[in-house]
Amino acid sequence: MRKCALSAMNDIFAAIASSKTVYLPVDGADGNAAFTKWEDGLVWSHALNTVRSPKDFFFPQTEDLMAFKTEGKTIEVIDIRKESEDFVIFGVRACDVKSFDVLDRVFLSEPVDSFYASRREHGVIVSLACSRPSETCFCGTFGIDATAPAGDVTAWKTEDTVYFEANTAKGAALLKDIEALTEEASDDAVKAQQEKTKTILAKLPLANLTTEAFGGGKTKEFFNHPAWEELSQACLGCGTCTFVCPTCQCYDIKEFNTGNGVVRYRCWDSCMYSEFTKMAHGNNRLTQKERFRQRFMHKLVYYPENNDGLFSCVGCGRCLSKCPISMNIVKVMKTIGGNNG
Amino acid sequence: MNAHDTLIPQIGVITDVRIDTPDIKTFRVVTPDGKKAFDHRPGQCAMLSIPGVGEAMFSITSSPTNEEYMEFSIKKCGCVTDWLHQAEVGQQLTIRGPYGRPFPVDDEFAGKNMLFIAGGVGLAPLRSVINYCRHYRDRYGDIDIVYGSRSKDDLLDYEEIINEWANDAGVNVHLTIDNPQEGWDGHVGFVPNYVKELGFSTDKTAVLCGPPIMIKFTLEGLIALGFDKTQVYTTLELRMKCGVGKCGRCNVGAKYVCKDGPVFRCDELDELPDEY
Repeated sequence: MRKCALSAMNDIFAAIASSKTVYLPVDGADGNAAFTKWEDGLVWSHALNTVRSPKDFFFPQTEDLMAFKTEGKTIEVIDIRKESEDFVIFGVRACDVKSFDVLDRVFLSEPVDSFYASRREHGVIVSLACSRPSETCFCGTFGIDATAPAGDVTAWKTEDTVYFEANTAKGAALLKDIEALTEEASDDAVKAQQEKTKTILAKLPLANLTTEAFGGGKTKEFFNHPAWEELSQACLGCGTCTFVCPTCQCYDIKEFNTGNGVVRYRCWDSCMYSEFTKMAHGNNRLTQKERFRQRFMHKLVYYPENNDGLFSCVGCGRCLSKCPISMNIVKVMKTIGGNNG
Repeated sequence: MNAHDTLIPQIGVITDVRIDTPDIKTFRVVTPDGKKAFDHRPGQCAMLSIPGVGEAMFSITSSPTNEEYMEFSIKKCGCVTDWLHQAEVGQQLTIRGPYGRPFPVDDEFAGKNMLFIAGGVGLAPLRSVINYCRHYRDRYGDIDIVYGSRSKDDLLDYEEIINEWANDAGVNVHLTIDNPQEGWDGHVGFVPNYVKELGFSTDKTAVLCGPPIMIKFTLEGLIALGFDKTQVYTTLELRMKCGVGKCGRCNVGAKYVCKDGPVFRCDELDELPDEY
């Protein structure tokens, strides 16, 4: 394990930024933390997490896929793909690190999505252990240890020191790059912080929430549950939950006429939207109840059925704090799953 | 960076446009150097697009045994299809695929008596498998084809059906139209009723494609005749964007129609929630 003084982080960021782009959570003028490209003097936020998840780094909200030139009856397809540049994301929380596993299963399964794969290959993740989890946190429900997040490098931040431990070859290479700025450390302080955090985690309001009732093969059990009606009644179909969710990955493919050709791009989409499934000959999900049910059934039943039991939720709590009508996956799990955790 | 990404299409050229019915045209497509864009299996689909208009999934109606070109029978019913319907020979488009699980023509269908039942443009995906079975005629038993449409003018591939299919040994064609029409001395009535009237024996493997309501009642009719759901196949159609189970649009239960379908055996459909 390596360590450096918290006050030396600017030098660490500067050293890494000489060869890679560095991103870190920075407090914005609105008081919200957001992943921001590092520039000299930018301060690493103390916020628990960013409002937007880091999924943008690998699966951006909008991204150009290809371009076309048309002339008369002919069409030219232009491959505009570029290899991603190397980058490092600092301060990714345990829940969000886990979300990359969920996204990987979608985008890296055959046929591999080359856009996502290129970014994934060139991105280095420095996770940050939690020390002050909040009442909307429930990563433990999904077996995630907030005190020992995965990632290429795991970091622990105490009042005045940052500790680093490499988990992958990529992570070891990164720590090698900053070797001169860090020193060997014992893990005593980290262990002490972990113990303290675990006591806080155990007392959180959602500490006893379990996934026991859910998983693959439960479609019949839950699909026609009478509670979907009431749970979805107030849903505005705004899609906020989807957009802040680190694991939601549904996308649309659209086109834009540049005046000089056509660019085909993809952008995030939401199964909560009324036109998501609309076709020329009809729409197989006509009501908000059906769309609402799809989102949660996918996360709690369909996705795990296809992915060895892995749930498509990491308990980050963003939907709990951002839904305008205060509906969220926890309420769904408790109601549908009969779980009072 | 991977050399290829399935989302990036190749160019196709329309080399023939056949007007089949008042709202269905069949487009012949090859690459600019005159070849087939890719190989496929019966029942598989391809994404066609016109840049600036949109991209949509279509079943490949030609049989894989056609080594020269692919054909798509397309009903005019939305942005992309409206545009295609005004396209002329020589027009380029983009094409990617093949996508989806095909009909099990070489395993579960092998050696079986086949019963194909189609309604309207639902013949498009079945034409591929029908012509595949006709090509490898000795691999299959008797072939019955029940096909119905609103009127005689709405019957797709009419010339091919009358002049080729109906003349094949061991192939029985049963056509029907919804309402009586001048110049039509064939059967009149809906497909599900006609299937019951014809009263097929249950030693067949049935393949259904057509409007959802036709599929529903025809399946009920087959069950009443003693067919088991494991003997009946159909294809589903939902909105798709990527074609490879990633964009999430055609997800029903734990299945993605674009990659786990479009072909499903009817007993498999019982496992899906009722929202397709």
